[in-house]
Amino acid sequence: MGRYVIRRLLQMVPVFIGTTLLIFVMVYALGDPVAAMFGDRAPDPATAAQLRHQLYLDHPLWQQYLHYMGHIFTGDFGKSADQQPVTHLMGTAFPVTLRLTVVAFAIEAIVGVALGLLAGLRRGRFADTGVLAFTLLVVSIPTFVTGYLLQFFLGVKWHVTEPAVGEGAPFKDLILPGVVLAAVSLAYVARLTRTSVAENSRADYLRTAVAKGLPKRRVITVHLLRNSLIPVVTFLGTDIGGLMAGAVVTERIFNIHGVGYQLYQGILRNNPPTVVGFVTILVLIFLAANLLVDLLYAVLDPRIRYA
Amino acid sequence: MPDTIPSAVTEAGTATTPDGLAVPGGEREKARSLWSDAWHDLSRKPMFYIAGVLILFLVVISLWPGLIAGGDPLNCDLANSQVGPKSGHPFGFDTQGCDVYTRTVFGARASVTVGILTTAGAALLGTFFGGLAGFLGGIWDSLISMLGNIFFGIPILLGGVVFLSVVKGGSVTTVSTFMILLGWPQIARIARGAVVTAKQQDYVQAAKALGASNSRMLLRHIAPNALAPIIVVSTIALGTYISLEATLSFLGVGLKPPAVSWGIDISAASDQIRNAPHMLLWPAGALSITVLAFIMLGDAVRDALDPKLR
Repeated sequence: MGRYVIRRLLQMVPVFIGTTLLIFVMVYALGDPVAAMFGDRAPDPATAAQLRHQLYLDHPLWQQYLHYMGHIFTGDFGKSADQQPVTHLMGTAFPVTLRLTVVAFAIEAIVGVALGLLAGLRRGRFADTGVLAFTLLVVSIPTFVTGYLLQFFLGVKWHVTEPAVGEGAPFKDLILPGVVLAAVSLAYVARLTRTSVAENSRADYLRTAVAKGLPKRRVITVHLLRNSLIPVVTFLGTDIGGLMAGAVVTERIFNIHGVGYQLYQGILRNNPPTVVGFVTILVLIFLAANLLVDLLYAVLDPRIRYA
Repeated sequence: MPDTIPSAVTEAGTATTPDGLAVPGGEREKARSLWSDAWHDLSRKPMFYIAGVLILFLVVISLWPGLIAGGDPLNCDLANSQVGPKSGHPFGFDTQGCDVYTRTVFGARASVTVGILTTAGAALLGTFFGGLAGFLGGIWDSLISMLGNIFFGIPILLGGVVFLSVVKGGSVTTVSTFMILLGWPQIARIARGAVVTAKQQDYVQAAKALGASNSRMLLRHIAPNALAPIIVVSTIALGTYISLEATLSFLGVGLKPPAVSWGIDISAASDQIRNAPHMLLWPAGALSITVLAFIMLGDAVRDALDPKLR
């Protein structure tokens, strides 16, 4: 197990370098941060050159990358457009988005698996058809449309919830944004669980479990669900990164000042340190989640052993 | 196997020909190949026909929007700003006084073009790299998989916002190119898995033993059998690509005016939802139905090609 973790961590290194380099090249080589500071006016050449020197932009791109990475590992992510340290922005933004992601993730996992299990156990019957139609509908309507419609009807017209998230983003305000963020993934989880449950319910071990007279509840939870959850866990793990990225849209609709909001500000103001810094952290979270999924396999399925 | 057999379908079918020859007529049903079997299954599904008709309709109005909408989507009159439905303008007007019906019809082109271009590009690139990785194995497999993981490590929406905001193109080509760039690893993973599985089959080993060249093994024996999962994933992905284009346009980094796109119109309508909900509902409805049609098609194709759940 220990050796497996180390091998996986080592495999993550080139992927991390490649991904961050890709983002770095996109932002620094394709855009011009100095010209952006001056807006529509052409910058004075001497000032521009001095700024370039200050920001380490007068070196070849690979040196800029190494310079940037060196600073990141000492905790220096540079300064945002309004001269605040990027780490300060991260400190305020990440807890908010993390809360939103946790809410969305819980909704996605619990409701998704429950719906999928229901449909898978009643394959071909009314509940199954209903769940399939519902998931098809949810996947088809883009997140930002669902967001505005729910915000309009539940928040503005019927006053069921708050239309926007208040200061500090308390959990009760995050339920509606969480539902919106989770909606599409929830549908995928439900469909994946349904397929997996339907497949496994024909397995020999399940017939054995029923034949030896185990109570139905135990057969379903311990034998059927545990085995059916393996592909679902894979999806859930890779989806954590997707949820945090999807927050760009949800946070804009509900006026949440989290990672998506800061990232969007960084892009609007063409501030590379903010953009590259936030994306680097998100990529790290994404990679860590994938590692976690692989380790969870062994817990769910004892047949899988890591040497 | 003789070279005169024209297509993959016939070749797969010949495996069971001896049965067909022994009992001609009634027993021929059994000799169906994967593809004709899938078609047989598809042609009995109402969902397939509903999706097919919708997609056909969308493609036709993308090519010739003038067929059902006479006006010009950029011909707007501020005097009509946010006016509701009236005679000749069934969907009303948006903030700029443009006819919502005309813009909704003309918006189909951007979505359908981006969806089809991206799917074709990602499928070609992904099949090529994934197939190569699976077929060659060893160091090439590791290298290509690592390259795929690097692109896979960036959530596609996040990468889209960063990349497209820097490139500032805003055309169908720019958006599609970017989506292909981040979309191909998904197809490559599927293609690699399918090729690895097909490579180990007895008939491929037999062809190898008979001295078939690499290209012959790939094109004649492996490709026809590895294609099914790629087609399934690509069809479903088409719907999500359309949704993604609209999301990027909504965020202001995808297509840009004067391009006519549902994402742009929904974005413009979103802060006017209290005053003029009709501005939001029509483009949003059109977008949802389009995505629904492609996902339904993908679902039907998957059920037909993946016999596991029958």
